[in-house]
Amino acid sequence: MASILQRQKSSILDRPLSKGKAEVNLSTFALLFSEMVQYCQSRVYTVPELQNKLTEMGHHVGVRMLDILFLRERTFKREVKLLNMLLFIKTNLWKTLFGKEADKLEHANDDERTYYIIEKEPLLNKFISVPKDKSSLNCASFMAGIIEAVLNGCNFPAKVTTHWHKGTTFMIKFDESVIARDKTVDGR
Amino acid sequence: MSRQTVRSGDPRKVSAELFTLTYGALVSQLVKDYENVDEVNKQLDKLGYNMGIRLIEDFLARSNVGRCHDLRETADVIAKVGFKMFLGIVPTVSNWSPSGDEFSLLLDNNPLTDFVELPEGQSNLEYSSILCGVLRGALEMVQMEVNVWFVQDQLKGDNTTEIRVKFIRRLEDAVPVGED
Repeated sequence: MASILQRQKSSILDRPLSKGKAEVNLSTFALLFSEMVQYCQSRVYTVPELQNKLTEMGHHVGVRMLDILFLRERTFKREVKLLNMLLFIKTNLWKTLFGKEADKLEHANDDERTYYIIEKEPLLNKFISVPKDKSSLNCASFMAGIIEAVLNGCNFPAKVTTHWHKGTTFMIKFDESVIARDKTVDGR
Repeated sequence: MSRQTVRSGDPRKVSAELFTLTYGALVSQLVKDYENVDEVNKQLDKLGYNMGIRLIEDFLARSNVGRCHDLRETADVIAKVGFKMFLGIVPTVSNWSPSGDEFSLLLDNNPLTDFVELPEGQSNLEYSSILCGVLRGALEMVQMEVNVWFVQDQLKGDNTTEIRVKFIRRLEDAVPVGED
């Protein structure tokens, strides 16, 4: 009995949430990420498969970051407007993860469902040189996974893909329903 | 009003939360990919080894630490310089074996395991065994063969996290041509 009580006491949910100021050496992270990419590569055959695998791993991080950020920074308030949601990612999420805002947020001229977040030099790619025969590979797909999980977790279903354009561009394509809903929210 | 946490913005650092969660993503992926927990432990150790053999270079370049004269000095450098540099923690060196070839690193808090709880049925998972691999790989690059393993882990309800390091032998033939 006593031991059970003790275990419950030290449960992770009983400990205070960290303030998020802790940091580790960039090299440690870069080496870890490099091993992740190599591991993923050893289990797939093509570049798109590799990117999908990295995106999946990003989901794992994204859903957890979402919890942390909303608890810590927004005092439980959810986000209902599309633009604010995107700004939240561009500022809060990016600052927590990388210590800076994302470089740019843009809306596609020809498609109201598509937005772009542009990062000239993503931290994830800092120490990665892409082999010539795999020039389309962008390991920032991991970040795309994080963004996707955050959007989906806030009920803004979207698909996020990674492209080499002005550095790295994350293309966010929202579900029709999101745009339709946002118009009704705006109307009020 | 949203509160913003501000980090120092040092370009040589990265958010510990990003690091911890990324490591978590890797472990959970391994658990999905391999059904056997022992195999997951082995893979983590292997990935750590690969990190270690590269990390030592960064360590030597930045730390300005000279050659260690005995294992006690090595242990001190690992704890006070190595762990501090790469994980931001300083483990305590203790539990020396009488013959002086084995010691323990005691970790009060392990950045890898923030937010982590081992689910039921995963009690054999050595969640942080990547650290063993890193130590093994890094020390091998300075001509020391060691065995590294977890003795205690806070994740498993132990009071502290204890990594045991055992010195096996000096690797003489590993010196590249033209050195020394």
